[in-house]
Amino acid sequence: MIHIHLAAALDGAGWHPAAWCDPAAQPSRLFAAGYWAGLVTEAERGRLDFVTFEDALGPQSSRFDGPDDRVDQVRGRLDAVLLAARLAPLTSRIGLIPTTSTTHTEPFHVAIGIASLDYVSRGRAGWRPQISSRAADAAHFGRRTFPVLSREDIGTPAAKAFVSELFGEAADAVEVVRRLWDSWEDDAEIRDVSTGRFIDRDKLHYIDFEGPHFNVRGPSITPRPPQGQPLITALAHDVEPYEFAARGADVVYVTPRSRTETAMIVGRVRNAEAAVGRVGEPLKIFADLVVLLDETASVAAERKEMLDQLDGAELTSDAEIFTGTAGELADLLLDWRASGLDGFRLRPGVLPYDLTGITHGLVPELQDRGAFRREYEAVTLRGLLGLPRPAGRYPATS
Amino acid sequence: MPVKQVHLAAHFPGVNNTTVWSDPRSGSQIDFGSFVSLAQTAERGRFDFLFLAEGLRLRELKGGIHDLDVVGRPESLTVLSALAGVTTHLGLAATVNSTFNEPYEVARRLATLDHLSGGRAAWNVVTSYDAFTGENFRRGGFLDEADRYTRAAEFLQVARLLWDSWSADDIPADPVTGRFVRRGAGEFHHEGRHFDVSGRFNTPRGPQGHPVIIQAGDSAEGREFAASDADVIFSRHSRLEDGRAFYKDVKGRLAKYGRRPEDLKILPAVTYVLGDTEEEAAERAVEIRRAQVSPQTAITYVEGIWGRDLSAYDPNGPLPDIEPDLGEGVSKGRAQFRGDRGAIARKWRAQAEERGLSIRELVIEVTGRQTFVGTARTVADQIDEFVQSDAADGFVFVPHLTPGGLDDLVDHVVPLLQEKGVFRSDYAGSTLRAHLGLDAPHPGPAAMPRAGEVAS
Repeated sequence: MIHIHLAAALDGAGWHPAAWCDPAAQPSRLFAAGYWAGLVTEAERGRLDFVTFEDALGPQSSRFDGPDDRVDQVRGRLDAVLLAARLAPLTSRIGLIPTTSTTHTEPFHVAIGIASLDYVSRGRAGWRPQISSRAADAAHFGRRTFPVLSREDIGTPAAKAFVSELFGEAADAVEVVRRLWDSWEDDAEIRDVSTGRFIDRDKLHYIDFEGPHFNVRGPSITPRPPQGQPLITALAHDVEPYEFAARGADVVYVTPRSRTETAMIVGRVRNAEAAVGRVGEPLKIFADLVVLLDETASVAAERKEMLDQLDGAELTSDAEIFTGTAGELADLLLDWRASGLDGFRLRPGVLPYDLTGITHGLVPELQDRGAFRREYEAVTLRGLLGLPRPAGRYPATS
Repeated sequence: MPVKQVHLAAHFPGVNNTTVWSDPRSGSQIDFGSFVSLAQTAERGRFDFLFLAEGLRLRELKGGIHDLDVVGRPESLTVLSALAGVTTHLGLAATVNSTFNEPYEVARRLATLDHLSGGRAAWNVVTSYDAFTGENFRRGGFLDEADRYTRAAEFLQVARLLWDSWSADDIPADPVTGRFVRRGAGEFHHEGRHFDVSGRFNTPRGPQGHPVIIQAGDSAEGREFAASDADVIFSRHSRLEDGRAFYKDVKGRLAKYGRRPEDLKILPAVTYVLGDTEEEAAERAVEIRRAQVSPQTAITYVEGIWGRDLSAYDPNGPLPDIEPDLGEGVSKGRAQFRGDRGAIARKWRAQAEERGLSIRELVIEVTGRQTFVGTARTVADQIDEFVQSDAADGFVFVPHLTPGGLDDLVDHVVPLLQEKGVFRSDYAGSTLRAHLGLDAPHPGPAAMPRAGEVAS
């Protein structure tokens, strides 16, 4: 059987807003390196392909835009790129994928940050570009004024145009980052004592990107990273983000609610690839699921019920919420996978409890069915996903 | 009077012409292993901190990328965060430009490094204004040279506002009461000439409250910025008398900001060469100077002053007989050569003629004087003398080799300083502020008047 790919999405105390109150949570350690080291080494013990780190340039909020002043949920985050880098020397095989903003963060800084993450992890870096549409976050920078949107505004022509512009800018940011990663040829460093030259400057390239939001000259200050191109991943719920992913990403995370919907979404992603004229490797498609795992389905359901009560509302999510046993989850993953998925990004309801449920429960279950790796088969993140190390885009000089 | 304690920092060798890459012992300047090795050596030597420089555009010469020095480096904060995982006490200092960044992001990245290192973060605040570097960023060359320090000062002011928007006890995270966070944690509001920002900072206060702030400018503005705002100032004054004058000047500026002399540490950047005898050290020093100034580097250096292509000249021959072109110059992305190039050229000619120096010999003579050359004993004595006579509070050592360039300093000089009782034998604290003997900054909004907060 073809192996499925598995990733864990790490955020705070877990994806249930009341997770931090769970007796298994460690709420006072959420900003300590040791907490995250425990999570990532556990994910690596489970042979997961990668972990992702959420981030945003504003506090978490239950409101669509602006802070909500709730004091009973986790608020505050660490910079995801630095968090991933902190964990790199403590691990050796698992991929590390931080989120950054394409709206406020300079593409040049992202390019050198992710390239550096690739160096410190020796080829295990990825990147999840994300737009920042909140007006409250834009005010943290004071450079642009955004409209304050509510959930009801989604789908209005004005909101659509605004979000479209952010995706256009995001696509440009991805293009700039990819060009910067390629702006040094792999063998640019020559250390030629006879001519006194450290580099062959003909093997460094100006990227000369020009777009409506920024121009970037290049080359990068950082040599081409170990993977050549670190893995780019994007979360997408609609045609526009599918096309954004199809243009610039290697992996797309989608949010189907059923096997049938999975097939439909996979079809839309493939259409998006055709629409933007994607060439080369097709997108790897991962489905996102929030998971709460226990020994029996009823215990898992009761646990979710208890957390919902603590939070004062039933858990809602853009992704399907699964409660049940590891065996039942394995059934579901293999069933949905048949509709054209390459893997899953699981969002543990409570950390570290549901991550351990994945590594100690789901993983052995899938391994027993011949559907998941027992040992890592590659030393880079691209390698784990079966992607080759790409040649640089600039014509090689002889 | 008790003896002053020496503070030691290490600069990772990199993109500069101190670094000798042609030596067979010279390792990679980009592989993480080199950073781990140098950091662990510095920590073995009980150094206060490791320092990484930054340059956001590759330097150019005669319309192409400058190719004679080491080129290529990682993003400093990312590497330092990784190093936090393989060290336990060493301070981790990043250079981050205040012109091509925004306070919200820089403040949260430094607070993050402070959390992830258990209180070991430092920020070397640098400024630039050049449109050349700006070509890699959204706003290009938007800043006048005159504004670079006003922007830097306001940038730091906003960063401090953001760090102070959380207090140390803002996260009770108590499942019994159901309170994770203090209401209003992270609120901030700032309106100024360069920044108009408000909202919620989303990274809780780090263990040090504020990272250690470093400033490296030598101009009057730079000294004033350090006196008002920095915890450490780097300098280039590595002669005893110059050092004492600088020290007196800078420390004298602190009182008007309500600060004590010990609140700002003065650390000149220095090089060193050791030998078993003075003669051996001196011979090694000459060899290193020749390796640092290759024939091609010598020509390039003179081209920087002459503003002309001099590739046809023999580096082992005399200086060019043609006059310098005093137009826009051939070098981009470096700060030097902003003085009177004509005057420099005349001075060099006189110097070369008087002593019969070739181009290469002259460049060796006029660039990068080595600071400490001698046996471990004489170098330790000189370091101590500098510090005890108030020419410095310590030094930033700039090794010429990656990654082994600190080895003999740590193995031979540090033990002598420890013997003298002027350098720690073990770390007494766990934070960089503790190593440097700096007070904690004020504790944050709960204890302070909340000036400038948004009315709600």
